[in-house]
Amino acid sequence: MVKVNLWSSLRRFTEGKTEVEVEATTVKEMLDGLKAAHPGLGPILDAGISVAIDGEVLNGNLHKAISSENEIFILQRMKGG
Amino acid sequence: MAKDDLSTHLKYVGTRPDRPDGLDKVTGRARYGADIAAAGMLHAAVVRSPHAHARIIKIDTSKAEAVAGVKAVVTRADFPTGLTGEDWNLQENTMAGDKALYDGHAVAAVAATTSLLAKEAAELVEVEYEILPHVTDVDEAIKPDAPVIREGAADASVPEGMPANVVKYMEFGHGDIEAGFAEADLVMENTYKTEATHQGYIEPQACMGQLGKDGKGEMWVSTQGHWYIRKMSAAVLGLEASQLRVTPSEIGGGFGGKTTIFMEPLSLALSKKAGGRPVKIVMSRAEVLRATGPTASASMDVKIGMKKDGTLTAARAEFRMQGGAFPGAPVDMALYCAFAAYKLPNVEHIGYDVLANRPKCAAYRAPGSPMGAFAAESLLDEMCHKLGLDPLEVRKKNAVREGDKSSYGPKFGSIGLIETLDALENHPNMQAPLGPNQGRGIATGYWFNHGGETSVSMAISEDGTAQVSVGTPDIGGSRASIALMTAEALGIPYENVRVNVVETGALGVNEPTHGSRATFASGKAAVESTNQAIAEMCRRAAAEWGIAPEAVEWRDGAAHPAGPNAGDFPPMSIQEIAVKMGETGGPISGHHEGNLDGVGASFGAHAVDVEVDPETGRTTILRYLVVQDAGRAIHPAYVEGQYQGGAVQGIGWALNEEYIYDDKGRLQNPVFLDYRIPVASDLPMIDTVIVEVPNPGHPYGVRGVGETGITPPLPALANAIQNAVGVRMRDLPMSPVKVLAAIKAQNG
Repeated sequence: MVKVNLWSSLRRFTEGKTEVEVEATTVKEMLDGLKAAHPGLGPILDAGISVAIDGEVLNGNLHKAISSENEIFILQRMKGG
Repeated sequence: MAKDDLSTHLKYVGTRPDRPDGLDKVTGRARYGADIAAAGMLHAAVVRSPHAHARIIKIDTSKAEAVAGVKAVVTRADFPTGLTGEDWNLQENTMAGDKALYDGHAVAAVAATTSLLAKEAAELVEVEYEILPHVTDVDEAIKPDAPVIREGAADASVPEGMPANVVKYMEFGHGDIEAGFAEADLVMENTYKTEATHQGYIEPQACMGQLGKDGKGEMWVSTQGHWYIRKMSAAVLGLEASQLRVTPSEIGGGFGGKTTIFMEPLSLALSKKAGGRPVKIVMSRAEVLRATGPTASASMDVKIGMKKDGTLTAARAEFRMQGGAFPGAPVDMALYCAFAAYKLPNVEHIGYDVLANRPKCAAYRAPGSPMGAFAAESLLDEMCHKLGLDPLEVRKKNAVREGDKSSYGPKFGSIGLIETLDALENHPNMQAPLGPNQGRGIATGYWFNHGGETSVSMAISEDGTAQVSVGTPDIGGSRASIALMTAEALGIPYENVRVNVVETGALGVNEPTHGSRATFASGKAAVESTNQAIAEMCRRAAAEWGIAPEAVEWRDGAAHPAGPNAGDFPPMSIQEIAVKMGETGGPISGHHEGNLDGVGASFGAHAVDVEVDPETGRTTILRYLVVQDAGRAIHPAYVEGQYQGGAVQGIGWALNEEYIYDDKGRLQNPVFLDYRIPVASDLPMIDTVIVEVPNPGHPYGVRGVGETGITPPLPALANAIQNAVGVRMRDLPMSPVKVLAAIKAQNG
């Protein structure tokens, strides 16, 4: 199981929780697990988000391995100029 | 990679060689967007809405089409239908559909044999409008009774019951915010506003597009990201991406504003309709200001709790931003950055992305961060005044360090904020005496670094020199820095490496030069590519010597036996290997593709001394200091240039620049005479200090440095003005008329 920290306004899709647990060994499995457990998150996650693992913001690394040791945050999609 | 694995004995990295593009630029040889020409080329003009919000009843192009020399006219009817999401937004912004959504929104375009003819014909396009109520101010646009820009534009983040123009909503934070405020000795709350500003690149958007009926096309364009131009144009026009080959021109500034499309698909649509003749479009300055993306305007409530000793106990930010008639205001990034410099046990962020009748915003250097800093760093300074605390000491006391939880959630990796604040404190500018009506202001700023999709190749030439092909247009010195890193890895002189920014047909996908990523990401990929070529050169030398490849090492531009047991062979130089490569296995090259990780965020701290004329309200900058963590400065002169350029843009944002709309929603200052960016005569030399806390995620320790510099000037100047004349400015720009009004109000 990995613990995933969500931004707090997503709690209306997760029965009030901002930290949720899902069974996952990769970022993709984590996102799929979140959508399966909390279908309301689907449109938000599909619209584009960033994932921070142990402090590093990663975009486009769906196959990156994760474990219960990682600190995981779902963030708004990072943009730059 | 651990910090102590970073290369420390460097020959080329950290030096200041001549700029590879310098001679071309000062002699006029560099070819920019408007410099292209082709046989049979047509010129285009765009018909734009004079209304902020209007339903398009009818467009009659017959008179324009009847003009001799006019070869094509396009409207939205010439574009494919059925697009959704951001593709639809891009198409709608490229060419209005049912409604014109802002002053300057394109409604038709004409291609003719000369530019003058195209402009004259554009004036003959007759558009019948039904003018609708409009709104341009974010606080007005978020009201429940505001004119609705577009029904149903909100995404799933917006709870039911919010005003119709709210298209995205977010909350995030941690701790117990109310307990945090209860713990404080002083709690203050204020509202801060910033106006939209434009990136102000000197080179207007320009392109030449060619598209045949077979769907194959080419484009020459001034852009930060030609793969984005390809992807977006293909989506808007319904093309296959690989059939469109996009070549970037030299670029005269972008600052985020050239990471997306505006008129580029129009050149292709017109070309297709004109039988495949190339079509050139060069925007005027007025078109750039009216119809390309500025940043958002913002209205921000900030509340902070502080103990008497300066310890922060809690902070809350509620930001409202409008980014024009489409979703995309950088309110999320503004919130991420607002309190990023500080350890905060209790913090809450709330954000609203709001539609208004203004042009679709684009990225602008650290999108959102300058606004967030203006609000948070201004209030922090006000509280230091109130408690009689040294603002620098308070910032140091609360500064985040490696391992601290960030205000936006994740823990920080390696960062250099405290080193940056120390360097600021120790700079001579901080001891310079100040006279009457003079004041000093400091502020911090933060920006992330982005890795992103990156594809690089490099090749050894027959004479032992090297060429590197990258896909990130050079807007701030990346060719020089990538050449330096490649030279360092190969052990050959910088002058023997040429870095080329190549077209979309030459590499895999590359994200634009954005997110302060070009030197970080393309540089890291270039080093990886070079290491492949080095491995192959070692293999060739090993084969020549009849020893195992593992027994060969590369240093100082040559293959060497790795130790006494490897054999006694003289070094084999890169020239010796290259000249024979045709006979020893063929070309030697390397390539690297990936979403590059290991990014390194960058903190900065600025100090500015100003003098405010109490008779006119004019603010004169006496001295200005930028201190920022670069990780490692590959080419320090370019890094200093980034620091200075960012500071100057922030100064313009703080003191002068703004979008001024009349009561009909029409932009009143779409020329540089009235939209006033700072010029050299307005400013002293910007002093810089490069702090180097290496980023362990990059072979040479690089952090992204391009964006952070624009962030601190907004609050630093507000803080300096208060220290000079006692007035607190919470509404940008702090133009002479506003400062004078504040001084008069203060004096009664």
